[in-house]
Amino acid sequence: MNLTRVGRRANVSNVDAEVSDQIIETLARFVDLDVRPNVARYESSDTYPGPMVDQMREFGLFGATIAEEYGGLGLNISTYARVIEELSRGWMSLAGVINSHLIAAQLIARFGTDDQRQRLLPAMATGERRGCFSLSEPDSGSDAAALRCRAARDGDEWTIDGTKQWVTNGEKASIVALLARTGDDISCFLVEKAPGPDGDQGISISRHIDKVGYRGLETVEMAYDGHRLPHHNLLGGDEGFGQGFRWALAALELGRINVAARAVGVAQAAMDEALSYAQQRETFGRPIAQHQGIAFKLADMATKLHASRLMVRDAARRVDNGERADMEAGMAKLFASETAAELALDAMRIHGGNGFTTEYPVERLYRDAPLMIIGEGTSEIQKLVISRALLARAKPAE
Amino acid sequence: MKVAVCVKQIPDPAVPGELDPSTNTLNRDDKLILDESDSFGVELALQLVEAAGGGSVTLVSMAPRSEVSGLRTALAMGADDAVLVSDDALAGTDALGTAKVLGAALGRVEPDLILAGVESSDGYTGTVPEQIAGVMGIASVTFAKKIEASDGMLSIQRQTDDGYDEVTCPMPALVSVTGGVVEPRYPSFKGIMAAKKKPVDQVGIADLGIDASAVGFAGSRQETVAVVDAEAREAGEIVIDEGEGFQRIADFLAELKVI
Repeated sequence: MNLTRVGRRANVSNVDAEVSDQIIETLARFVDLDVRPNVARYESSDTYPGPMVDQMREFGLFGATIAEEYGGLGLNISTYARVIEELSRGWMSLAGVINSHLIAAQLIARFGTDDQRQRLLPAMATGERRGCFSLSEPDSGSDAAALRCRAARDGDEWTIDGTKQWVTNGEKASIVALLARTGDDISCFLVEKAPGPDGDQGISISRHIDKVGYRGLETVEMAYDGHRLPHHNLLGGDEGFGQGFRWALAALELGRINVAARAVGVAQAAMDEALSYAQQRETFGRPIAQHQGIAFKLADMATKLHASRLMVRDAARRVDNGERADMEAGMAKLFASETAAELALDAMRIHGGNGFTTEYPVERLYRDAPLMIIGEGTSEIQKLVISRALLARAKPAE
Repeated sequence: MKVAVCVKQIPDPAVPGELDPSTNTLNRDDKLILDESDSFGVELALQLVEAAGGGSVTLVSMAPRSEVSGLRTALAMGADDAVLVSDDALAGTDALGTAKVLGAALGRVEPDLILAGVESSDGYTGTVPEQIAGVMGIASVTFAKKIEASDGMLSIQRQTDDGYDEVTCPMPALVSVTGGVVEPRYPSFKGIMAAKKKPVDQVGIADLGIDASAVGFAGSRQETVAVVDAEAREAGEIVIDEGEGFQRIADFLAELKVI
């Protein structure tokens, strides 16, 4: 087992509080001026938000957590969580555009060989090459260890066969961090392909998955039929053989913080919509916010939102400090995602009949929020993670 | 090509401002930000230097308490460096005094072209750019919507009520830039990080050879004697549409001679 490479994680940051604030202020302007006025148009037609993604690339967000030595921004996880929260306040799908890319980049940075890092990270940092992460399969989700996609060694090459599902950005990616069975173990391969809908060298985009929310970016099923890749694309080289699953779980810690931060952004958007509507809409001669039934609901919403945000920031800070954060990231993800769903429904209630129309943004928040409960480990999986960590830490001394 | 841009750092317009009742001047005690009307000049300057294939963009600003927040925003957009004049003696300086100070600071930069916003979003005198040109003894062109530079000459499209004038003038010159004529770029996050390390030359009025009596409240030829609230806007006419609303709108627009 080789987790010693964890030491290579890129959380030594050149970002102080002032720079972090300026980044978030700039992003907030982008969200208010360019995202919020346009999101409904892209979302309702399930259209990829090209211009928004282009600006995110200009900002440097494809290199957000990639170290500066590879051309990235080298943001610490605390700042990264705020970035994700802010993007999600505008449109949660935008956070998905960079999440799986950065999980792939993190796998390469932490566990890759020198050659893999030098060759792939600089192009990923600029967004010239897009990455994605591919673990889930039609019959393997939470039970990830049951995965069936196989890699067979053939001299200096490997052959990949199997089907992968829920691959966010799978079409636009040219580097897929793919988990495949290698005998009894699981290894991670860096599949390099041409981006686009047509597939490449034994890889096909077999299906675009139509979703309730999280629209606008592609979530695909990918089929591998005898795809061949060179041995040097095994993540971590010879040392990486059989390490894939452990490494994927380690990298998913970033994913969990990402999803928790998204939940805070969605909850903030629900809060903002509810506050604004409750002060405009009048019943019985005064704004509904003046009725205690609504005012108390707003107070409960704001309190839960605040708690979510603090939990996410605490988990992020722990990761930045190199502390163990599995339990805290799990708690943040569990609480923030359930809170986002609750607040989205509360905001809809406050909007009354209008909330049930497609005219107001709350219906999108209501459709987007469940993704955070399910993605990167369901709430039930988080409870497993939390309880196991809890019991391990509370183990009586022998 | 060396371009200097006059930028003002102003109280955040999103935060309700207040006046100092003893001087009738704007309270500037909180953090100041880049005046949005100056961001167009910064963008045009960056585009001109890019088009020229090289050069530099220097910001020139005058602000209390060595304020650099707004300058950092413009440096993050891509400006190379800044000169900041900050001096306790400058409190209460009027438009002409400001022009003298900025003119002296610009003289140290020796730019080929100076850009400025048409007017600031807090003071709105709209006179400082032309006064700077007067103080420096260089040409001044106002309300530019497009600027091209070649062989020491500037070709400028100058916004008018009916369209635009085409103006040429030799460099160095000062050109005021109409708000909204370009889309100011967002700073990249690498730009934000780099901005912290870019040089800001902080100077006082003594460094510029300006006497304290010529600026501040003492040197000001202008005094704000009273501030009165603007008249509240009256409610408009409310028309209940009973199937003829379109006609009322059409009549109203015809009355205004819009259609």
